[in-house]
Amino acid sequence: MTTTVAEAEEGTGAPYALSHLDALESEAVHIFREVAGEFENPVILFSGGKDSILMLHLALKAFAPAAVPFSLLHVDTGHNFPEVLEYRDHVVAAHGLRLHVASVQDYIDRGVLKERPDGTRNPLQTLPLTEKIQAEKFDAVFGGGRRDEEKARAKERVFSLRDEFSQWDPRRQRPELWNLYNGRHAPGEHVRVFPLSNWTELDVWQYIAREDIELPQIYFAHEREVFQRNGMWLTAGEWGGPKDDERVEKRQVRYRTVGDMSCTGAVDSDAVTLDQVITEIAASRLTERGATRADDKLSEAAMEDRKREGYF
Amino acid sequence: MSTITTEELSATTLLRFATAGSVDDGKSTLVGRLLHDSKSVLTDQLEAVERASASRGQEAPDLALLTDGLRAEREQGITIDVAYRYFATPRRRFILADTPGHVQYTRNMVTGASTAELTVILVDARNGVVEQTRRHAAIAALLRVPHVVLAVNKMDLVAYEESVFAAIAEEFTAYATELGVPEVTAIPISALAGDNVVEPSAKMDWYGGPTVLEHLETVPVSHDLAHCHARLPVQYVIRPQTAEHPDYRGYAGQIAAGTFRVGDPVTILPSGRTTTISAIDLLGEPVDVAWTTQSVTVLLTDDVDVSRGDLIVPTKDAPATTQDVEATVCHVADAPLTVGHRVLLKHGTRTVKAIVKDIPSRLTLDDLSLHPHPGQLVANDIGRVKIRTAEPLPVDSYADSRRTGSFILIDPSDGTTLTAGMVGESFATPEPVKDAADDDGWDF
Repeated sequence: MTTTVAEAEEGTGAPYALSHLDALESEAVHIFREVAGEFENPVILFSGGKDSILMLHLALKAFAPAAVPFSLLHVDTGHNFPEVLEYRDHVVAAHGLRLHVASVQDYIDRGVLKERPDGTRNPLQTLPLTEKIQAEKFDAVFGGGRRDEEKARAKERVFSLRDEFSQWDPRRQRPELWNLYNGRHAPGEHVRVFPLSNWTELDVWQYIAREDIELPQIYFAHEREVFQRNGMWLTAGEWGGPKDDERVEKRQVRYRTVGDMSCTGAVDSDAVTLDQVITEIAASRLTERGATRADDKLSEAAMEDRKREGYF
Repeated sequence: MSTITTEELSATTLLRFATAGSVDDGKSTLVGRLLHDSKSVLTDQLEAVERASASRGQEAPDLALLTDGLRAEREQGITIDVAYRYFATPRRRFILADTPGHVQYTRNMVTGASTAELTVILVDARNGVVEQTRRHAAIAALLRVPHVVLAVNKMDLVAYEESVFAAIAEEFTAYATELGVPEVTAIPISALAGDNVVEPSAKMDWYGGPTVLEHLETVPVSHDLAHCHARLPVQYVIRPQTAEHPDYRGYAGQIAAGTFRVGDPVTILPSGRTTTISAIDLLGEPVDVAWTTQSVTVLLTDDVDVSRGDLIVPTKDAPATTQDVEATVCHVADAPLTVGHRVLLKHGTRTVKAIVKDIPSRLTLDDLSLHPHPGQLVANDIGRVKIRTAEPLPVDSYADSRRTGSFILIDPSDGTTLTAGMVGESFATPEPVKDAADDDGWDF
């Protein structure tokens, strides 16, 4: 291993090679523009987490200097981090976007959905999401899912057809060839679109650093009252934690993912800048979901099963 | 990984590659070894594999469980569909299209190879070049994958003999070269023992070449753009119509090939109107020059009619437009493709109505023999087709441009992706299709 990349590529027209971040950015922009060109009513799923923030940033670049031709959809579990809701409303106002909200709490209040014994509302998101898609007649729904997150997601296409029940059938996926994405769908069906398919967690963080994208503060180390459950640090809240035998303590933590408070864990961290976060992630021996998502620990096929039902 | 600086991480390039090989050749082991030895498997993933392996009663962790993501795949112990894997070294980021090797999954190999810059073809050192190897080489040649690696696996089972490796490498290279594969790198490995995958082998000091990973890290990913025909398929017209940008009218797209400069005289196809590039925006920033595969927005000096589906090309280097497309195709749908079939053809950003006029031949991948006028192509078949399109298309030969020489056929009734197409002659030294089956075979 004595040759460096630069040496190896000298004399082969290397000035035209894109850096890996430029290549990923260009591909994602291409995907956004394909959807804008081929669909009537697309929407970006926006949770206020880093992946959806990245998607919005890429969409803004793809159509500059014009406005983003998509609205946003937030599936609100009712167990949100306040910082994240604040961030959501701030970006919606700043970019003059339209925000749709599908509320899990509404479904519980109406008795359509029942609170689970473990308090997590992640699986409860599927019905409000899919009904909202039908009601608003969204025909393309952008998700921030990445194939590196989970082994079922590694099988996901960039354009993923969903039937009228929003179901994913991994054995009946369309082959995806070159960059010729097929967005054809019947009325009632829609296409889930994953512009970040080929990004890894580290790519996302490097790009956020390069572009200096603002994030909710919970991604950076801060003192927080947390308690331990199943090996994860959870934030106390109205969703039902801590239980009597769980002790709250103050710790220096940050979040690697943002989701429902009841099942998204924080990690011990001193990283207060983007560079420190990147260094920490590059050295981590745990995957993002393995470290911080309780719902994916339920079974070997937890994500596949949720995705089949229409989860993002 | 903890010693890498942020700058180093950002400066790396991306290599997309695919693997080909049947289950018994040790493909899963190679992929597992690459991921594991490059420290791309994290503790919780490995623990999950160990747990799952133990619950199945297996003594050692089954690394194939890392890559088989679907319930059905784990149940059957086979890979059904393409999966994409991601790993990185300080030098480069990798996207691996992990494709199943069985003949009935040819369409998945085509899917994986369509975006790959490199294909790793595995053979078992004990068996040498077999039918399946020839099939994989033929698909790599058809899809014009720029770099082919022959990984001669299970060298541990042939006593790490140089002569065994040399004979296989020579036979394969001769065959691949005949198919028109531009570059073959043969590497003797043992995926199980870890020889020459990530670490150089102590048992094969007669081999002086790179390990698999070293080769993946150093193979060039950029092309000599001076010889490429510049092509920009228009995806979307950007018109802000705001007080700040009242007259902005930009044509957005990802450059499919070559370079574009401000001041270039260009022609809009299929209309044939000519104008000049007045400005190029690279995602909001003005630039003087842009190249493949950048996503850009081009502004033109004249107010000509340009919309999604059009192709912007240099006036001095415009392709001819045609309504009669001849191509080599791989049929990817379960329902057959027949003569007279009415389809949609997506080429670049343009989708047009089309009809299958003729299917002159079908290729048998086993022996690369040619069957004239098969009448139809079924799933996984590769053949030649003649297609008439409702509108003229500016197509390039796939040999010149993988992006503007490729297309897909779509079933207009239910949207199914039917067929992957590559325009023009296939392989390096094409000969005309003959009506009678003959032995010199694969010259379709």
